[in-house]
Amino acid sequence: MAETALTDPGASPARIAGLRGIAADWSSDQRAFKNVSWGKAMMWIFLLSDTFIFSCFLLSYMTARMSTTVPWPNPSEVFALTIGDKKIPLILIAIMTFVLISSSGTMAMAVNFGYRRDRAKTAALMLVTAAFGATFVGMQAFEWTKLIMEGVRPWGNPWGAAQFGSSFFMITGFHGTHVTIGVIFLIIIARKVWRGDFDVERRGFFTSRKGHYEIVEITGLYWHFVDLVWVFIFAFFYLW
Amino acid sequence: MTNAAVHIEGQHSLHTHVHDALASGATHAKGQQHPIKLYLVVWGWLFVLSTCSYLVDYFGFHGYLRWSLILLFMVLKAGLIVAVFMHMAWERLALAYAILLPPVLVLVFVAIMVFESDYTHLIRVLSFASPT
Repeated sequence: MAETALTDPGASPARIAGLRGIAADWSSDQRAFKNVSWGKAMMWIFLLSDTFIFSCFLLSYMTARMSTTVPWPNPSEVFALTIGDKKIPLILIAIMTFVLISSSGTMAMAVNFGYRRDRAKTAALMLVTAAFGATFVGMQAFEWTKLIMEGVRPWGNPWGAAQFGSSFFMITGFHGTHVTIGVIFLIIIARKVWRGDFDVERRGFFTSRKGHYEIVEITGLYWHFVDLVWVFIFAFFYLW
Repeated sequence: MTNAAVHIEGQHSLHTHVHDALASGATHAKGQQHPIKLYLVVWGWLFVLSTCSYLVDYFGFHGYLRWSLILLFMVLKAGLIVAVFMHMAWERLALAYAILLPPVLVLVFVAIMVFESDYTHLIRVLSFASPT
């Protein structure tokens, strides 16, 4: 079967500096992204669209918080945990942040070992990343349970503006869904790496295209994006 | 008739040959390859920056100091993740601009919604505020 789409762009033409180079690439006919395969370009474009989705969520949260006349619940107190006898503000969210950043680090190294064709290390690091991701989702489930027990609902809560609950469930729920999908994606690709699919260029069950180690980087792009979104959620929803 | 068939066959094999040559040539060109140390350094910085943004809340800073610190640490973390972990620093500008410029335009939307929510807030205060 002839492959119609370019899976590996190979050597790229020389890059002209600055804006002139961008104009040259974009007006060059056929392909604007010279040294980027279709898979990577499509992942980036998907991530761009996802950026807009999360932007809209954060914007609607901003609008709700700015326009309400009822005081907004203080996230520092809402998300505090009592450990021992001390009430530590926002501690669970801080731990979740560190877990997600750790997973980003292991993912970056998995990509690196993937391009070095080190099967065992790549697969292991991807599974560690998936484990961190699953831990994150677990902690989020704990957080949701705690808040629901305390009476937070999408239509109201005991501490203030009713929109707090709807914003919280929508933003963190959507992000948690992304993490969950990422974990599944990671496990699927880690299995393929472990089996050596990308060394023998075995065709995928879904696209029937030859597999390359680049898919590890594409998976990594998605995973880092999930971490990136959390950076914004952490800043705007939890800290603000 | 047979001649045409041979011709097509020949073209096909030529095509696959060229494709295979391209593909094998391409496999020699490696993807994003950077030293592990770079990732570890960035990882460390992300931890430091996250700790800093958590401490903003822990020490209970308020007002413009709090907001500017939150935004500063957020932008630094986002920049490190996109530039190094997602390799945007090494991509051609044609891709970098295509992906990074559109989200910046969301700031226009932010400005619109700031005006809109100020207006909504004003109307709520004027029309629905309970006398307290």
